[in-house]
Amino acid sequence: MNAMTEHRLIMKSIEYRIRLLGCIKKAKAGHTGGSLSCVDILNVLYNCVLNISPETVHDPRRDRYIQSKGHSVEALYVVLADKGFFPDSDLDTFCRFRSPYVGHPTRKIKGIEQNTGALGHGLAFSAGAALGGKLDGLGYRVFTLLGDGELAEGSNWESMMTAAHYGLDNLTAIVDRNQLQITGRTEEVCALENLSDKFTAFGWSVREVDGHDVAALREVLSATPFSVGKPSMVIAHTIKGKGVSFMENNAQWHHGVPSDEQYESAIRELKSQMQEMGV
Amino acid sequence: MTLHSTLEMGKANLDVFSETLLALAASNKNILVVTSDSRGSGKLVPFARALPDQIIEVGIAEQNLVGIAAGLASTGKIVYAVSPGSFLTARALEQIKNDVCYSDRPVKLIAISSGVSYGALGSTHHSLHDLAVLRALHNCTILVPADNFETAEAVKAAAGMSCPVFIRFGKRAMPHLHKPGTTFTVGKSLLVRCGNDVAFIATGETVIQAVLASEALEYEGLTARVISMHTVKPLDENAVLKAGRECRAVISVEEHSCSGGLGEACASVLMQAGVSVPFRIAGFPDEETVPGSQLEIMAYYGISPEGLTQTARDLLQRKRS
Repeated sequence: MNAMTEHRLIMKSIEYRIRLLGCIKKAKAGHTGGSLSCVDILNVLYNCVLNISPETVHDPRRDRYIQSKGHSVEALYVVLADKGFFPDSDLDTFCRFRSPYVGHPTRKIKGIEQNTGALGHGLAFSAGAALGGKLDGLGYRVFTLLGDGELAEGSNWESMMTAAHYGLDNLTAIVDRNQLQITGRTEEVCALENLSDKFTAFGWSVREVDGHDVAALREVLSATPFSVGKPSMVIAHTIKGKGVSFMENNAQWHHGVPSDEQYESAIRELKSQMQEMGV
Repeated sequence: MTLHSTLEMGKANLDVFSETLLALAASNKNILVVTSDSRGSGKLVPFARALPDQIIEVGIAEQNLVGIAAGLASTGKIVYAVSPGSFLTARALEQIKNDVCYSDRPVKLIAISSGVSYGALGSTHHSLHDLAVLRALHNCTILVPADNFETAEAVKAAAGMSCPVFIRFGKRAMPHLHKPGTTFTVGKSLLVRCGNDVAFIATGETVIQAVLASEALEYEGLTARVISMHTVKPLDENAVLKAGRECRAVISVEEHSCSGGLGEACASVLMQAGVSVPFRIAGFPDEETVPGSQLEIMAYYGISPEGLTQTARDLLQRKRS
């Protein structure tokens, strides 16, 4: 999996962005900005890092991915479909009546480990899964993706203490640090910084990375644990709405749904990025 | 409380829980206990000494407790998450709802010192809401054992259940209510006393109060049926309907708010089946709970032999419609 070229990874990210915008447009619902900000991370995890496949979803030794920021589920759905967990055409039912492809992850979907959506839940679950792996001597790793606004939930900090206490170096949390939450900038809503210092003080080994640089993401996410005996925290600096200029860094696109014109404009822009990449 | 001569006093259900769990876990290393600084209150110190690798301490962090328990359960562990009922079901309700019930993780949620077991410590430590909130959650079996036998059976049954289960008990010694050879089945109530004048449908540590009330009523020539409704969900609807059809009055008894607990569950079953019978919920009213010991508080709200006897008399004077 690591053999995938950087060029191919970048192309995949653009394809994922186009597909997830299509889902949101068709459903007239979704969390646009956060899905666009985290899709490069998911791309690298599923194409370069995780030893998960449709054939190994029940293998006790599989790596686990838990999406704590469950609202960005369309990004996860698109990547899972690409990896063959279910037919891509299933995504045409996203957010439809009685469709299992609801607006937050559920275990009804092959490849999804845990139901999430309410914030501040994924890290505790992930710590438990990591602890179970340690107790059984299995070598799997657990990755979880946290939103930055989500970090205001105190439960995260409870779990950080526990993960450090038990030395869960098979656990990696990634913060999608796009700086925006639904109300506005995280630092204006309820300041989070200095996150790196806080995570370090809580006993985690911390690295920061450009969350849209697939090569850098691959290097960092393949290098866990950063310290033996400590859980790893990756602060991935991202841009909410990344890839579509008029959506970038705009909290209104947290769950904004594009109009026909906006959608066409966004797809045009993404396709032009593909052409620039040489397709 | 004066016990009937035929009832032998047993241990606290809490002690039986910890002893049963230790015996189970000693022969199954897949069984884990997760505690939130609650090993002392949960009588789990002997467990921690005997099986130190099978107890996970998360500190005073109930949300974390339930989330980690769900994660451990996802790896195939048989997980008992132990915390005082008040904190477990209020502080960590969203984790119970999402991480356990909605995600179908078969965590065993163990609510120690439930109801008003903490008595004089005050309302922060009382759990009189837990049955109501958990009844409203899909995919949560609710067990409220009355005595040592029911507690041991509930703890053992939970180990083999593939769905989430909540078990609630107190810390005061309980008399033995059942004859040897009794079979405990989740979802099927146990008949403790036969009678047709009034039926007490009781749960948990109130069952003994109903038994004592039934004995007092005997002196007045009245027979009282006492049902231990150890499974509050799924409710043994047949036993409720049978009581409603065969007895002249029905009284539900619970160490819980009158809102949303066993009583309203029974009323719902009776009314929707068209069974009209004089009915009363003996539970806690919608007011700030009076402080005192568990027994004093329960007696204040009529959950005592005297209180239940009087409620029965009152109801039996009403005509059945």
